[in-house]
Amino acid sequence: MTTVGSTLLERHRVRPAEYVYWIALASVFFLFPRNLSLATSIMVMSLFALSLDLILGFAGVVSFGHAAFFGIGSYCAAQLALHGWSEPISGALIAGLAAMVFALVVGPLVLRFTGLPQIMVTLAIGIILYEAANKASSITGGDDGLGGIKLMPLFGTFEWTAYGQTAFWYAFGWLLLLFIALRIVIASPFGVSLQGLRENTLRMRFIGTPVFGRLLRAYAMSGFVAGVAGAVSAQVNKFAGLDMLSTDRSIDVLVMLILGGVGKLYGALIGAPVYMLVHHQASEWNPFHWMFVVGGLLIFVVMFARGGVLGLLEAGLGRLPGGRAQ
Amino acid sequence: MQEILSATSFIAIYGLSYGVVLFLISIGLVVTMGLMRVVNMAHGVFAAWGGYIMVNMMNAWGASYYVAMVGAILVIALVSVLVERIFFFKLYGAPELEQALLTIGLAFIGVASLNLAFGPDIVAARLPAELGASIDFAGRSVQAYRLFIIAFGAAVMLVLWYIFDRTSFGARLRAAVDNRGMAAAVGINVRRLFSIAFALGSGLAALGSAIGVAVLPLEPMYPLKYLVLILIVVAMSGAGNVKLAAGVSLGLGVVDTAGRYFHPEIGSFLIYIAMLVYLMARGGKLAAVHAR
Repeated sequence: MTTVGSTLLERHRVRPAEYVYWIALASVFFLFPRNLSLATSIMVMSLFALSLDLILGFAGVVSFGHAAFFGIGSYCAAQLALHGWSEPISGALIAGLAAMVFALVVGPLVLRFTGLPQIMVTLAIGIILYEAANKASSITGGDDGLGGIKLMPLFGTFEWTAYGQTAFWYAFGWLLLLFIALRIVIASPFGVSLQGLRENTLRMRFIGTPVFGRLLRAYAMSGFVAGVAGAVSAQVNKFAGLDMLSTDRSIDVLVMLILGGVGKLYGALIGAPVYMLVHHQASEWNPFHWMFVVGGLLIFVVMFARGGVLGLLEAGLGRLPGGRAQ
Repeated sequence: MQEILSATSFIAIYGLSYGVVLFLISIGLVVTMGLMRVVNMAHGVFAAWGGYIMVNMMNAWGASYYVAMVGAILVIALVSVLVERIFFFKLYGAPELEQALLTIGLAFIGVASLNLAFGPDIVAARLPAELGASIDFAGRSVQAYRLFIIAFGAAVMLVLWYIFDRTSFGARLRAAVDNRGMAAAVGINVRRLFSIAFALGSGLAALGSAIGVAVLPLEPMYPLKYLVLILIVVAMSGAGNVKLAAGVSLGLGVVDTAGRYFHPEIGSFLIYIAMLVYLMARGGKLAAVHAR
């Protein structure tokens, strides 16, 4: 007989397919040495999508303004580097903490709503922050953004090469590290209580879960991961600009996550590459035509494939870990 | 003194006419959200297509502004029923996130199709001579067009009020908004009511963009550009509340115009702050949205 405890552990055990994923990701470095910068930005967006999955997929908090945290991380990392704090890892950590503080400030506002009002509040916060950054050009560089970022070599030894070898492993390291951290979080009692909140907030309240505190902690963690993603983006591109805060980016990351599959962590890791590779292929198109593709994808996923790419894979290959029972 | 009066009348006329356009475009979504509980992010597509159809009827067939407006409203109302039958039936009762995503997909396709059909540039409409003329109003010369919008908007609000409060259709609609199951149980055909309300709402959106063609310029991004404004009206009025929606739209129009007039540098996000404060004051209790 299966007990609840053992099913939960079972669900969070490391599967062989996971090693395949990470080895495949690492081998991109050797197989496509000319496309390292694309691979790096895919990993950055994967990390960003992971941060969204924590609150959307596991805690059931909807965010249409998640780029706010990404953007804060970017600008913070860029400003640190421009002011002489050029050690990248601590820079990204500080940027992540800054985004986390922002999450703790706006969290109480966002988390008292659900449904459409929540969508609206997150959208509004994102837009207000974008407009504020646009106006505060002394801090953000306005339309021009912040360029000319110079970083110390990674670990004091690896120079930031022109073809992005160091950047690739830097982004890979952050992605793997934070992914493992999130895996531990969602398998913890805290993570399981988040999934309980997603399924039925009222019942969780009945059994004594401090709802607001749990959600706020998850929101802060998500803000931190998104902030680190933004910081890594600014550091490897040596640039932070307004589009990092834009609603477009918030929608993009949502589409990536939906496309991959919500509430599975690997959905974020698969949705981001699929979306960005297709987008890359279509980069010569008129951007308006690209909207046909995104629109069609969204409609298709909601109408026919609610679990996203990963849901389709699961249906064929058996279940991956960390997922909700379908 | 003269200056204050002039500024006040400017803000009143431009703010109110803007608010009327906002009301007409949003009211359909306010009603359908109250009725069907579907977050329709593609609502602006109906508005934009309506405006474009009107302008093209005027340019291609030489139709007058008023005739083209009526034509556009009818076309949109008919097409919207088709869209509702094809895409929305899956969404009734689905989680709000799924509704939002599918309809955002529809909005993207709407934007892309506008660009494909009419090109990426802003499209201007020739206003009839009598609307383009200037009238002296409270010590300031204003376009007759602005006063026309306000008068027309007041008339539409009256008609809508009559329909909702005084007709049997309105009573059935309100019954279905309040309690769908009960309404169906007493023999109201809720499904057909959905379609009629959807067509009415989409037609009104087309009317809004057609009449507001010189207030909110037509461009392919229209459905997304004004989506946030539309959603603000919906979120602030609570779904299904027509009177509150009228008040909120006019209030937003005036606040936005005043903000841009006195503080152009912060004016652009004054309405977002207004919305946040308002939602906070109501403590997230947008009961109508959540009563299922």
